[in-house]
Amino acid sequence: MSYLYYPGCSLTSSAREYDLATRAVMAAAGVNLTEIDDWTCCGASAAAPISHLLSLSLSARNLALAEQTASDGQVLVPCSACYLNLKKAHDALRNDAESRATINDALEAVNLKATGSVRVRHLLDVLAVDLGERHLAPLVTRSLSGLTVAPYYGCQCLRPYPEFDDPERPVSMEPLIEATGAAVHPWEMGARCCGASLVSTQPEVGLERVFAILKAAKGADLIVTVCPMCQMNLDAWQARASRMAGEKLSITVLYLPQLLGLAMGLASHELGLDLNLAVLGDFREKITHL
Amino acid sequence: MNPQSVTTLPTAEESSESLDPIRAMVSACIQCGTCTGSCPNALEMDLTPRKMWRLVILGRLSAVMESKTFILCSDCYTCTLRCPRGLPLTEAMEALKGIAFARKEARHRGSRLFYEKFMETVRRHGRIREMEFMTRYFIAMKSPVAPFRFAPLGLKLMGKGKVELGGGKSGDTPLGALFEKVADLERTPAATFRKEGHQ
Repeated sequence: MSYLYYPGCSLTSSAREYDLATRAVMAAAGVNLTEIDDWTCCGASAAAPISHLLSLSLSARNLALAEQTASDGQVLVPCSACYLNLKKAHDALRNDAESRATINDALEAVNLKATGSVRVRHLLDVLAVDLGERHLAPLVTRSLSGLTVAPYYGCQCLRPYPEFDDPERPVSMEPLIEATGAAVHPWEMGARCCGASLVSTQPEVGLERVFAILKAAKGADLIVTVCPMCQMNLDAWQARASRMAGEKLSITVLYLPQLLGLAMGLASHELGLDLNLAVLGDFREKITHL
Repeated sequence: MNPQSVTTLPTAEESSESLDPIRAMVSACIQCGTCTGSCPNALEMDLTPRKMWRLVILGRLSAVMESKTFILCSDCYTCTLRCPRGLPLTEAMEALKGIAFARKEARHRGSRLFYEKFMETVRRHGRIREMEFMTRYFIAMKSPVAPFRFAPLGLKLMGKGKVELGGGKSGDTPLGALFEKVADLERTPAATFRKEGHQ
């Protein structure tokens, strides 16, 4: 199995551990990743309000580069916001001749041309569908039995494109978590919004969303995420959310491939575990005795 | 919720032309309120999404711009997914943010500067550099307290080497040419760029 890899800006900085763990788990599963050469920002959620065409063109630039490497390739994207932007550009290139023409007019400025021939895949889609528990379970060398995991999907890997899971009641992480030997925390918050950039721009509103999710995760040993924005909102603001709630809401938050990597016996430095902002002492204690 | 009348017609002096593309996106709205019931941030909004779509259809630009509703959209796409008319509501919210930023609405200044400074960094380097972006944002905000809200997190991230300072770790591909071409295309009236519908 081979994929073109689009890390996106967060994975080079605030979400470096997501990049490390994704590469390590894919390598251990025998999957070949080729990073798209000279990739640039997808525009995040900032480009679209400023210009819809700019947002599509920034993402299409990356698809054009991917097409140069493998015209029928699949682009693996771990960040949900990048995934959605690339997916929208792909949709416009494939299904709307007028948009395709305008986007390519814009890309002329950087000597590129995009047709939409590559497929855009979220990391969770690849882990759950292409690999699945049938490929991942045999790689588990250290059972995580005794841990309870709250799967947090967030929004943009599920909506508006329901590609690989139920966009309201997602379940695709459950067989993967069970394959590690861990139990799934039963909750209703897996697909509820984390507040996204409101946590930065309108904290009094955004933190309400964070607080509700952390509160619902009580009883689990950890939350797993598949998006740098969700991860940051859930792990960096726990002290403030606890003050708002008037109760302690600290909990370990890992990226899904970090959890899978632990079960596959990968070392914590290979998974960037020291880079996470919320890995609690009792969690470390628990995994060292597994 | 604001009991603002949603039945008043636009006054003659208010030009609501900039709302036209968004009116077209939501004109099939049946006012069922599924969007409001689905929105995680509806309780903090001054107008419910349903009421706001009604004002958009009526062309009440200033009433819409006075509202915080569209700024509080966190792009979760739940309303878009559930809308029984299949309307691209999240994209319509994004477009409203765009109008407010273009009008330099004073009450949305903080959000506008956050978005603008983000894109300025992308234009200069091709990728986001948190340090440069946040510095530009704080300078533009001209607020002595703004940096302090982010300082504890910033220091935590720097301590872990998770802030891209631009020391050559990441690529540097200026995108000025692409940004300018897009702006040119948008100035050309012939380029009637159609908004994406959903699905």
